[in-house]
Amino acid sequence: MNKSSQNVTLEKVNQSLARRYRAEKRFRAYGIGAILFGITCLVVLFTDIIGKGHSAFFQTHVYLEVTMDSDTLYIDDPTDPQQIAGADYLAVVRASLSERFPDVSGRRDKRALYALISNGADFELRKKLEADPQLLGKTFGVWFLVDDDVDTYFKSRSDDGEGGFDGRLNEKQITWVESLINEGVMESRFNTTFFTSGDSREPEQAGIKGAIMGSLFTLLVTIALSFPIGVAAAVYLEEYAPRNRFTEFIEININNLAAVPSIIFGLLGLSIFIGFFEMHRSIPLVGGLVLTLMTLPTIIISSRAALKAVPPSIRDAAYGLGASKMQVVVHHVIPLAMPGMLTGAIIGLAQALGETAPLLMIGMVAFVVDIPGGITDPATALPVQIFLWSDSPERAFVERTSAAIMVLLVFLISMNTLAIWLRKRLERRW
Amino acid sequence: MEAVIQKKSEKQGIDEVMPSNEPQDIQVGDKTVGKPFADNPKMAMRNVNVHYGDKQAIFDVNLDIAKNEVIAMIGPSGCGKSTFLRCLNRMNDTIESCRVTGQFILDDQDIYHPKQDIVPLRARVGMVFQKPNPFPKSIYENVAYGPKIHGLASRRVELDEIVEVSLRKAGLWEEVKDRLHSAGTGLSGGQQQRLCIARSIAVSPEVILMDEPCSALDPIATAKIEELIAELKQNFTIAIVTHSMQQAARVSDRTAYFHLGKLIEVNDTKRVFTNPEHDLTEAYITGRFG
Ligand SMILES: Nc1ncnc2c1ncn2[C@@H]1O[C@H](COP(=O)(O)OP(=O)(O)OP(=O)(O)O)[C@@H](O)[C@H]1O
Ligand SMILES: [Mg+2]
Repeated sequence: MNKSSQNVTLEKVNQSLARRYRAEKRFRAYGIGAILFGITCLVVLFTDIIGKGHSAFFQTHVYLEVTMDSDTLYIDDPTDPQQIAGADYLAVVRASLSERFPDVSGRRDKRALYALISNGADFELRKKLEADPQLLGKTFGVWFLVDDDVDTYFKSRSDDGEGGFDGRLNEKQITWVESLINEGVMESRFNTTFFTSGDSREPEQAGIKGAIMGSLFTLLVTIALSFPIGVAAAVYLEEYAPRNRFTEFIEININNLAAVPSIIFGLLGLSIFIGFFEMHRSIPLVGGLVLTLMTLPTIIISSRAALKAVPPSIRDAAYGLGASKMQVVVHHVIPLAMPGMLTGAIIGLAQALGETAPLLMIGMVAFVVDIPGGITDPATALPVQIFLWSDSPERAFVERTSAAIMVLLVFLISMNTLAIWLRKRLERRW
Repeated sequence: MEAVIQKKSEKQGIDEVMPSNEPQDIQVGDKTVGKPFADNPKMAMRNVNVHYGDKQAIFDVNLDIAKNEVIAMIGPSGCGKSTFLRCLNRMNDTIESCRVTGQFILDDQDIYHPKQDIVPLRARVGMVFQKPNPFPKSIYENVAYGPKIHGLASRRVELDEIVEVSLRKAGLWEEVKDRLHSAGTGLSGGQQQRLCIARSIAVSPEVILMDEPCSALDPIATAKIEELIAELKQNFTIAIVTHSMQQAARVSDRTAYFHLGKLIEVNDTKRVFTNPEHDLTEAYITGRFG
């Protein structure tokens, strides 16, 4: 009887085994499916963004010979900085273009011709002359930025001159551009402007440096405030606060704050910092304050988790030696919790870096050309810049939008990598 | 039946929780039998009651610990040995629900006096825990930490000296002198525990409390620590909680037997293990419950 009951058991086990294996396989397949879905979304997102944005890192330039003729420039005293600054450099560029296309006549055609070159060309020349006054009266070649329409045309055109996106270019302009291309003086070069200038109405002159600096100053304010405040709050709540109704209430509310939509923080900042404290609009200081409010709950929650994870045996050891509460916290608990707290803070900051809505509320959505030099200069931030550009109809802004997204993603990815690296680096075993 | 009981008593050294199948006929009684008092006590505890919230963990315990003696505390799991031991340097203060009443005298000083600062108290009454818990710092830093926070050394040389002496006393110096600045957590379990002992004697306490210091160690490491306790006895007063009756018998002068929060019997160790006065003690040491 024993024998046969064993056989029955074995049979049943074998039957159930097949079922278990199937269940196991299904379970694994769900997981793999979920991951594949995630990866597909990511790949689609990245191909789209990179596909649209990569061309923004290159910018079409045209090589022109210019003569810094003092008569054309209206400079009679080259030592006078005011004259150098106020000189008519556009005239020089125009003269050079007219020389290149002598048979263009008539006001309209001339204007169309001049429109091929970015209207920042005079600024370029002024910088050159200011740097080296000796250039006055000399003739030399300069790579000028072309207008964004020409840039788009050049980029979308195939090598044999077919299928360029002509956009707002008229037929004559296209002929001129083709002749410049055939002459080999038009070239795609790395777009340094994109990384060295602020926003502009002209796509070819628009860059993200202003937005990057704005984000940087905003984040500096956020780090400087939210990390110390968050850690102090977490340490107090975790180590010192008595457990009672009141602290429970605080805890619940911190968790609630973490779930509050960020635009609410923007409204709060608008009414408190700008309305009540009368700070200026659009400045990184206010942006940083608002983002501090927004990231604090995240930092407090993750710091508390990190503090909680410090093994009680370490506290016991320190207390057992006669360390005071503060010594236990400062010498042992905080250093051990630091990797976790830093990780939380960086993730909070990465969130803050990508945040747009609250910044819109406090006016960091303004059109700012100058690159901010401090926390009280008007500025915008990277995500807001993306938002602004995505609204512009020009093709050149479409590619810049994607390029700016790429830059933002690079920052986010590096911050998250830093968080992982820090955690690995500082993590100690006990 | 008899054989089963024998087996159990052999397993005595193992730290495990078993439901106590307490013999019904034995009376617990209100008074501790034997010799709970000493002529020249280092510490004297009177009418000690401890509650965790509503639950009482220690009932009316009276006990003296004599100077330079090793007193072992034994008893079934959950009977309150750790709780009582932790009262002696007020480690229970860190547990919020814990309420301690009664008198604790250390050399004429009431250690629960409202004006008593726990920092100097813990410098005088050190503690070694069940699980080795070195700080995740270097061996040197581990031992030097106590002297540093108490300002025992004003110069580096003095600190070096304290570290060396403490490590020597803990029998660890020869093993670690070449790697004082490597991590304390990189030592073996037994070495870590001796490091913890060195760390606590570095502040020159008068009393050392040990809560099952060997329960996480292998027999050889255990033997080393037991040897160490015998040596430390010259300079320190030691209270040790243990689950191993053999260990209690080897290292201690007196043994206190706790049962369900009550101190049942205190006697010379030899007496407790050969001819216990109380029936419960006998039941425990013969392995009838545990
Ligand atoms: N932090 C605490 N909160 C609530 N109750 C506790 C706490 N610590 C211990 N107790 C209770 O107090 C009683 C005594 O516990 P204690 O740890 O002193 O026992 P023990 O004799 O050391 O046991 P073991 O031999 O298993 O270590 C137990 O019933 C336990 O459940
Ligand atoms: Mg215990």
